[in-house]
This record gives sequence, structure tokens and C-alpha cells, in this order.
Amino acid sequence: MGEKRIVYMDHSATTYVRSEVLAAMIPYYSEFFGNPSSIYSIARASKKAIDTAREQVAKALGAEPDEIYFTSGGSESDNWAIKGVAFANRKKGNHIITSKIEHHAVLHTCQYLEKEGFTVTYLPVDQYGLVDPGELEKAITDKTILITIMYANNEIGTIEPITELGAIARRHKIYFHTDAVQVIGNLPVDVKTQNIDLLSLSAHKFYGPKGVGVLYIKKGVKIDNLIHGGGQERRRRAGTENIAGIVGLGKAIELATADIEGHNRKIRVLRDRLMKEILVKIPHSRLNGHPEKRLVGNINISFEFIEGESMLLWLDDEGICASTGSACTSGSLEPSHVLLATGLPVEISHGSLRLTLGDVNTEADVDFVLEVLPKVVSRLRDMSPLYQKSGKEGGCDVQ
Amino acid sequence: MYSDKVMDHFKNPRNVGEIENPDGVGEVGNPVCGDIMKIFLKIENNIVTDAKFKTFGCGAAIASSSMATELVRGKTLEEAWEVSNRAVAEALEGLPPIKMHCSVLAEEGIHKAINDYRKKHSLPEWEEKNPHSHDHEEDLTCQH
Repeated sequence: MGEKRIVYMDHSATTYVRSEVLAAMIPYYSEFFGNPSSIYSIARASKKAIDTAREQVAKALGAEPDEIYFTSGGSESDNWAIKGVAFANRKKGNHIITSKIEHHAVLHTCQYLEKEGFTVTYLPVDQYGLVDPGELEKAITDKTILITIMYANNEIGTIEPITELGAIARRHKIYFHTDAVQVIGNLPVDVKTQNIDLLSLSAHKFYGPKGVGVLYIKKGVKIDNLIHGGGQERRRRAGTENIAGIVGLGKAIELATADIEGHNRKIRVLRDRLMKEILVKIPHSRLNGHPEKRLVGNINISFEFIEGESMLLWLDDEGICASTGSACTSGSLEPSHVLLATGLPVEISHGSLRLTLGDVNTEADVDFVLEVLPKVVSRLRDMSPLYQKSGKEGGCDVQ
Repeated sequence: MYSDKVMDHFKNPRNVGEIENPDGVGEVGNPVCGDIMKIFLKIENNIVTDAKFKTFGCGAAIASSSMATELVRGKTLEEAWEVSNRAVAEALEGLPPIKMHCSVLAEEGIHKAINDYRKKHSLPEWEEKNPHSHDHEEDLTCQH
């Protein structure tokens, strides 16, 4: 018996660590383990490595090295950006604008601030998940101190008009933060031309290690600290540096942004074929998100009459790793807030499947999913009382 | 996250399908909540001679339907009525707390099918002994 074949299509959840990245990290666990704040030579080596990583990140974002702050990941960066700006600018105003489809690291932080006396506007999105720049402009008041809109959505892959939104913020002299966790390596970023004041990213989404991220803070932005303690990160973020992680992040972002178009070309071909053929082969399926303005590896499709978790269990049984917007896997009983915000009916939101392709995927993987998925969907539909009731048995292919 | 027993009943569900001319049918749940169970019973001389189901829902919902239909087969109506959600969950070697409502749905589906039969035969419907108490401490049942 051969080993079970694993087809990994959950790259938006996390990625493996590239071997070059891992190789770059290892010396900083064993040889150069010194605390960068110490004075001896092995500590100087770790300090130098952090400086190099900072330059690598700055280059990838079009920023200056001293605008890059290492954190423990995307959630910390989002928390710091939002709470930090909110508390530091309290005297100016107490209003924050965000969208309904943000990651929970943004949404729950905003909800926390509401309890602390801030008011938050959650902008709606259209059926594709797009924020309307006109709606943003309308929501701005003289109390608005921060606008935080994600660069691209993690569930449906929709790419927001960040440059336009940033320009509006700039015109009104309001700080603009974007959660770009899904974007690095998939879309070019230039914080200067895109009018971005703060940006969050996380290494494990672009073939780097988990537990390390960045908050870009434009020079001059008024922001409080989130983590108090020692004087690391130019007194802005306390805690002994995760040296190996930071080195890995630096190497990973350098590799991920070296040839974005080349990387995208390969994945786009696979993604487009998989997406198109699923929609053709499986009746009563619909694409969630925007047909074109979507992250290159992202597919999000709802299948009527079935529930997402049971679909994932069967796919897992076949070795396919995917995710769903159904309630049943999230630990709550509500389906995805993102799908609901696009106006998808609740019952259809339960039957959504997200496949996110990445560097490891091949034509053979696409063929395999196309062979397995229709069988899984039809097996579950056969036992679904909804399928029968709808009078759609036998599947009149409407695609 | 699921026991081997749950996975077995999910992957090889017993009694999937419908019964032609059933003596009792019970449908519970709500598509908005992400699960619907439809239970079909064949009843002869007060004995459940056949039980089948159709379910829209997660792995635990499918496994609970499968196990519940197994448990009531061959039982008298009185015995079948006593099959509780806890009995279904225990037979499945446990369910994660957030999935307990799936076993509750299975119990309610059986009860509804039995009462459907009783109604058809002009018998008084049985009352749920502890309505809602079987939703257990953490009431995670969908509120829609």
C-alpha cells in the first residue's frame, strides 16, 4: 500500500514553510541564539539578521526599514493598529470605519472598542464582497480617526479597491489601515502610492513560519503601544525578538515577491480550470466572490441542499484538505459572516466550500478534486431531504 | 474531533432513504440552522419494523440519524419513545458539546414520527416529558 495521497487546497489557512526559508532560520535556533539586546558577538549576529529581515520587508512593501515592526502575527498586528490608533487619537475623535467582511481579528477588536466608548461603522459590501468607495466617503464624519479595510478577503478572495479607499482616507486626513494578510506574494503592494498608513501581514500565509508577522507603521502616525515592556522594536513593541521567525519572514517575503506574476500565472491556470469545471459538472452550484477581482488561488463555491462540514469530512477521507463557511466547523452555529454580508441566503451559506490553491498544486490535483468532489456532493444530496423537496432531483443543469 | 463510531455512522450511514407508505413521518430542524432530519417509520402491531431517514446536516447530524434509526428498530412504540438524545449520543461513543443538538434533533424526529402515527390512528399524541430540557445545559440549539 502506498502512502495516502494528500491534496492540499487550503493555502489561505496556512502554507508549509519553504525549504530555503527553513534553512535560513535554523542557524538562529542553534548557533546565533543570542538575545539581540546583548553585547557579545553571537547576539550581534542575531541583531544583524533582524536588520536584514526588516530591509527585506521594507523593500517588498515600498516602505522604509524603520517603518517595519515585527509582531507575533496578523492578529497582533490588526489589534495593535486598531487599538493603538484609536487610543492615541481619542482626543481627535472616537469614530472608526471598517467593513462587514473583515477578519475576526479586526471585527472583534472593533467590537471591543465599542465597549470602550468608540463608535464603529461597518460598511456593507455588494454581492461580490466589494466595498463601495462612495459609501466610505459618506460614512466619514469629523470624528473619524481610523479607516480599516482589508486588502483582500480570506474567504471569498475579493480584492478591495484599496488604492481608491486609501486616497479617500488621505484626502480627509484620516489614518488608513489594511489587513493584507492574504495578499503578500499574490498582489503587488506599494504603501506609498496606495496611501496606506498601516498594514498587517503574517509570514505563514506566504510560505514562512507561523507566529511571526509585521505591522507597517508610516512615519509620523500617532499610535500607542500594544505590548508594553522592554525597549525592543525601537520602543514600540516589547518582547525578546523571535529571531528565527523574523529571519524566516524576511526570506519568505523576498521569495514571495520576487516574481509575483510568474507565480500567479501558474496558479491561475489551475484555479480557473478547477473553478470552471466544478461549476459545470455540479448542478446547483454558485460562485461566491467576484469573478475577476479575486485572489489568484481562491475558489469559493456554494452547493445547494448540502452542508459544508459533511462535505469536508468526505473530502478529508479522500485526502483533500479544504474549508467551509458553514457554521458547523467554526465552533458557532452561524455560518460565515462574509457570505451573509454578500447577501447569500443562510441555508446556502452552510453549503459553501473554499479551495485555495498554492505552489504545491498540480494539474493532477485538479483532476483528482474534479473526480472526487462531484461524487461527494451527489452522495450527500442523495440523503438530503431538501434536494427531494426542491423538485430538482436528477439535476437540471442550469449552469 | 469525532469518535470512530460517529465516523463509522457518518461514512456508512444505516437506514438512509425513505419508506414507501410510511406509518409515521417526522421532520425536524431548519435549513437556516444547517440541519434538517426527516424520519420515516414502519409500524406493525405497535412495533417499529423499519426506520429510515434523510438528513441535511453535518457529520454529527448524519451519524445521529443513522444511530437513532438503528436504536428504534424492533422496539415497541413505548420503548422507541424512550430512546433519548443521550442514548443516541452514548451509542455514538460521545458527541462534541457543540454537536449535542444533533442528537436532540434525532430524538425529536423520532417523537414526531411516532406522534404522526398516533394522530393518524386517532390516538392521543404523547407529550414531550421535559420539553427543551433535553437541550441540555449549554443550549446551543439554533435560535432561527
